[in-house]
Amino acid sequence: MTAILLFEQLLNGLQFGMMLFLMSAGLTLVFGVMGLINLAHGVLYMVGAFACAIIAGLTGSFWLGLLASLIVAAMAGALIEVGVIRKLYQRDHLDQVLATYALILIFSGATRWLFGAFPLYLDVPQILSTPVNLFGLLDYSSYRLFIIGIGITVALGLYFLIAKTRLGMRIRAGASDREMIAALGVDIRTLYTLVFALGAALAGLAGALLGAVQSVEVGMGDSVLILAFVVIVIGGIGSIKGAFIGALLVGLVDTMGRFLLPYLFALVLPPDTAASIGGALSSVAIYILMAVILIVKPKGLIAANG
Amino acid sequence: MGNLTIEYKLNISIVLLLLAIPAIALMLDEPFYITLATKVVILALAGVGLNLALGLGGLISFGHAAFFGIGGYIAGILASHSLNAELMFTLAGTEFDGTTNMLVIWPLALLVSALVAVFIGYFSLRTKGVYFIMITLAFAQMIYYFAIAWPAYGGEDGLSIYVRNQFMGLNTLDPMIFYGICFTLLMSVLLLVSKLKNSHFGSALQAARQNEQRLAAVGIRPFGIKLTAFVISAMITALAGALFADLNRFVSPDMLSWHTSGEIMIFVILGGVGRLFGPVVGAGLFILFEYYLGGLTEHWALFLGLVLLAVVLFARGGLVGLIAGEVKHD
Repeated sequence: MTAILLFEQLLNGLQFGMMLFLMSAGLTLVFGVMGLINLAHGVLYMVGAFACAIIAGLTGSFWLGLLASLIVAAMAGALIEVGVIRKLYQRDHLDQVLATYALILIFSGATRWLFGAFPLYLDVPQILSTPVNLFGLLDYSSYRLFIIGIGITVALGLYFLIAKTRLGMRIRAGASDREMIAALGVDIRTLYTLVFALGAALAGLAGALLGAVQSVEVGMGDSVLILAFVVIVIGGIGSIKGAFIGALLVGLVDTMGRFLLPYLFALVLPPDTAASIGGALSSVAIYILMAVILIVKPKGLIAANG
Repeated sequence: MGNLTIEYKLNISIVLLLLAIPAIALMLDEPFYITLATKVVILALAGVGLNLALGLGGLISFGHAAFFGIGGYIAGILASHSLNAELMFTLAGTEFDGTTNMLVIWPLALLVSALVAVFIGYFSLRTKGVYFIMITLAFAQMIYYFAIAWPAYGGEDGLSIYVRNQFMGLNTLDPMIFYGICFTLLMSVLLLVSKLKNSHFGSALQAARQNEQRLAAVGIRPFGIKLTAFVISAMITALAGALFADLNRFVSPDMLSWHTSGEIMIFVILGGVGRLFGPVVGAGLFILFEYYLGGLTEHWALFLGLVLLAVVLFARGGLVGLIAGEVKHD
């Protein structure tokens, strides 16, 4: 194990964390502002990936596909919000979990019906397909660097939007006191639809970005959804900053755990046992992290809304 | 009280229907219906477990697949050791063998799931609301990924049980006999749960759901009550898991996945939250759906989603609620 390999794994962890951030930003916003648990968020990830793969396949341009993923996911999000989610704000969490679980069944079923069970083809764009040399030390995938860049850009953009703009002010006000902001004459229904569509667009973007390195298929959003929940629970549900920290933490712990744990166990155990124990432990590392954090801080690292 | 009698009549009809199914299946010359009914009964049992925590205690556990899977794996692991004549483990000089005896497997499934549930519940019950949902999910995912990554018992591929486990010398491979065993267990557990519901413990549990402060004010600590309910609930679901493994003669990490947790929750909701026979009705509907729609179209999950959405949005008491009306004095 060399320092260069370690550095490469760190970058991988960072890239994974950035993707998780794109997924969890919307999830945590929707919970923070509307108080809604949305299991259907993974569906929007899938919708984004499918939109990107289809448009990229038709036009031959990955970038148009990426744009399509944002637009289609945002539209799907707005549609879901107006059609179903809107009726759930006043309900308890159980109803929200079930109704959005039903949405997963509906969207996955419909997608499988339309596009079949086989994965769609989506390739990394030409310009990002060759590795770049970092500091003369290692060749690293430029596409992964691109994802890290997008993650940082989105994080800064969201910070600017929430902290500096009028819309952001309304979102913050909606999160802390929805009756008051409605009384002040803000159209809260449209605001909610907007927030939901924004979160959906980010999830769609994440799906499109990852679709190019993994496969674009029905059910691709499921595992990512659970990870995004881990992220926002660790970070503190409702807090964008918490989601950012949580995403990086989960990305790094997962990647480094898979990389380091087998090595560490090999120091004290025979190689076979070390590989299986290390493998088993590293695949549950983030859940252990989440449980420990919740036990110490039952509301996550950064408790939102005071 | 009028509505309660309707629910009572409904419950009696369900029991009679379940009793009549083997005869109906034989009359129609469709022995497969018995297996289908066995599946309903086992899944209903899993739902009855969750219903105790969710319906009475208001504990929205999104991780009951963990206990379902633990029950399944106990059955699978014990059977595989016994059939391969391998030692399980040695503890303080005593050697422990696997077994194919259900009367050993069940208590062990109950014991292990109870221990795991004490651990999970102790930590999870310190959180509330959405955090509770998520932390139970996280614990279940931990066990799920562990089962996938741990190669000793099949890992991702799961574990086959070549011969159905034994029960007091009966031929458990006969669908009718296995159905009888499962049906008897379900009825016993339902009886137990209805006793629990009307006991002091049951009242305290429902009070814990409705108003913890008041419960604490009369001198009962809500935490202990909720933890007990969580553990009993987990044990019932684990028993169902052990039976499910025996039904399929196969266990895999699928039993532990969060989709399974979602499905067990669906049984409870489709039937009616907190209703004694709710999970039985829900599991029955689910299997009917899976079987008939699954025979018509491979996209049956899409229609299940639509029905579920409609139930959540428009029929909040579930099917039992629709038939028997709302519960009075909730």
